[in-house]
Amino acid sequence: MLIRTRHRSECSHSEVTPREVYARRREFLRTSIGLGAGLALGGLGMSAPAAAALRGYELEFEPSDFSTDESKTSLDEITSYNNFFEMGPGKSDPKTYADQLKTDPWTITVDGLCENPGEYAVEDFINPWSLEERIYRMRCVEGWSMVIPWIGFELNRIIEKAAPRGDARYVAFESIYDPDNLRGQRRRPRASGGLEWPYTEGLRMDEAMHPLTILAVGLYDEVLPNQNGAPIRLVVPWKYGFKSIKSIQHIRFVEAQPPTLWNQAQPDEYGFYSNVNPDVDHPRWSQRTERRIGEFRRRRTEMFNGYGDEVASLYDGMDLREHF
Amino acid sequence: MTASRRQRAQPPRGVWTAVLLLSLVPAIWIGMRALGLLGGLGVNPIEKLLELSGTHAMIALLIALSVTPLRQMTGLAWIVRLRRMLGLVAFGYVTAHALIWLGVDLFFDWELVLYDLTERPFVMVGFAAWLILLVLAVTSTNAAQRWLKKKWVLLHRGVYVAGVLAVLHFLWLARADYAEVALYAAILAFLLGWRVVYRWQTRRRIHARRHAPA
Repeated sequence: MLIRTRHRSECSHSEVTPREVYARRREFLRTSIGLGAGLALGGLGMSAPAAAALRGYELEFEPSDFSTDESKTSLDEITSYNNFFEMGPGKSDPKTYADQLKTDPWTITVDGLCENPGEYAVEDFINPWSLEERIYRMRCVEGWSMVIPWIGFELNRIIEKAAPRGDARYVAFESIYDPDNLRGQRRRPRASGGLEWPYTEGLRMDEAMHPLTILAVGLYDEVLPNQNGAPIRLVVPWKYGFKSIKSIQHIRFVEAQPPTLWNQAQPDEYGFYSNVNPDVDHPRWSQRTERRIGEFRRRRTEMFNGYGDEVASLYDGMDLREHF
Repeated sequence: MTASRRQRAQPPRGVWTAVLLLSLVPAIWIGMRALGLLGGLGVNPIEKLLELSGTHAMIALLIALSVTPLRQMTGLAWIVRLRRMLGLVAFGYVTAHALIWLGVDLFFDWELVLYDLTERPFVMVGFAAWLILLVLAVTSTNAAQRWLKKKWVLLHRGVYVAGVLAVLHFLWLARADYAEVALYAAILAFLLGWRVVYRWQTRRRIHARRHAPA
């Protein structure tokens, strides 16, 4: 006989929000907030795009065992210190020029070697999945780190739904290309060290299927701010931050290792794998330590950013110096 | 003769002091930001401190290197009287930058210091530039000048090497933003190039005068 002991924090069935109400939560929020914003802005003769109106609304989500209990970096710090070169090379540029990222409408295409390709409005893409909070460490290749409470869902759900074929060995991601609005995409490649837009990234299928790999749509309990990769971004916590591509528009299943932006620009500096690894230095600076934002002393960087127990087996038998 | 020439070479009253005070403005500005004033240093204050001190060290070095070309362009002999002071100011900014790296960023973690100095090329060239400037600062006195005689001039050409190393230091730590370092490189190239051209022209002029028909 199965005796289920209920955890004290677990709620009873009667408390659970009915599925149909829950599923329509965004529609409700969209109409109510959109209406409010529309009324407010309408009076000023402005039109409020729906996605922009969604910004700042609260998300519903469940906690996760994958979350760290380390103290979180503040929302203010997470949203004012970013690398998002589409808005410029400075750390404060993404916040300053956040409005240059137009997220409405936003379409995500899933295609390539799969049985169920599709094109989705971002709302429809996100809607089927219940959201979780994942408090992850984020280690930037530049030597700083944060602890960020993402809201999102596992990428493997999208992959399962798309049903990739047997020959699909990698997942390729592509971000927005909009040089008319994004100032960073208008910079000459030479001034930016050869960055070729749009931003592209990729994962091996097993990395993409790993439960730690998520698509994030929120931060703290709000919708992702533009500077953090609205409306939807990848988060792969055991890799350097640049692998976690922001503002995704295209997910493609491919057979060969896909080209990725930083690797193309400087192949000897940024590898395809780019797992956090204190023993493999960036050619120009050490990766042995990092500064956690908000702390004074540097900390030692951990192998796989401290997620070794979960992911080390993905790389059994691989020389991580060669495949950096 | 010598006395009057020296007198003519004196800068106008108050200029020397004004330039010195002006050169300290960035240091005061950075210091105030470090104390949380004027908007503070932002989310990653130590990185910002390194960045600001490094940028102003670079600028101070370029200003010191522009003294001689400026004198040659304007013909104002007194400008050269600012050279030692501006050189020492540059040394001061570079030293402050190095101390922030050593004492704040790495917090005297000697293992990391040694690692940086042996494994990270941009730290190596930066450190080399500081060492050169240290030697030049120590030998910047009148006494050292008299003692080293002609060798002093040769030794103090080391500042050109320090300038090149400083630009390299900047270049090797840049990530996807080469506009700023390109500007410094262009200014340095101009300041060093000017010297070459000026020397070449002067030599030609002397040569022409010597061989001019009577």
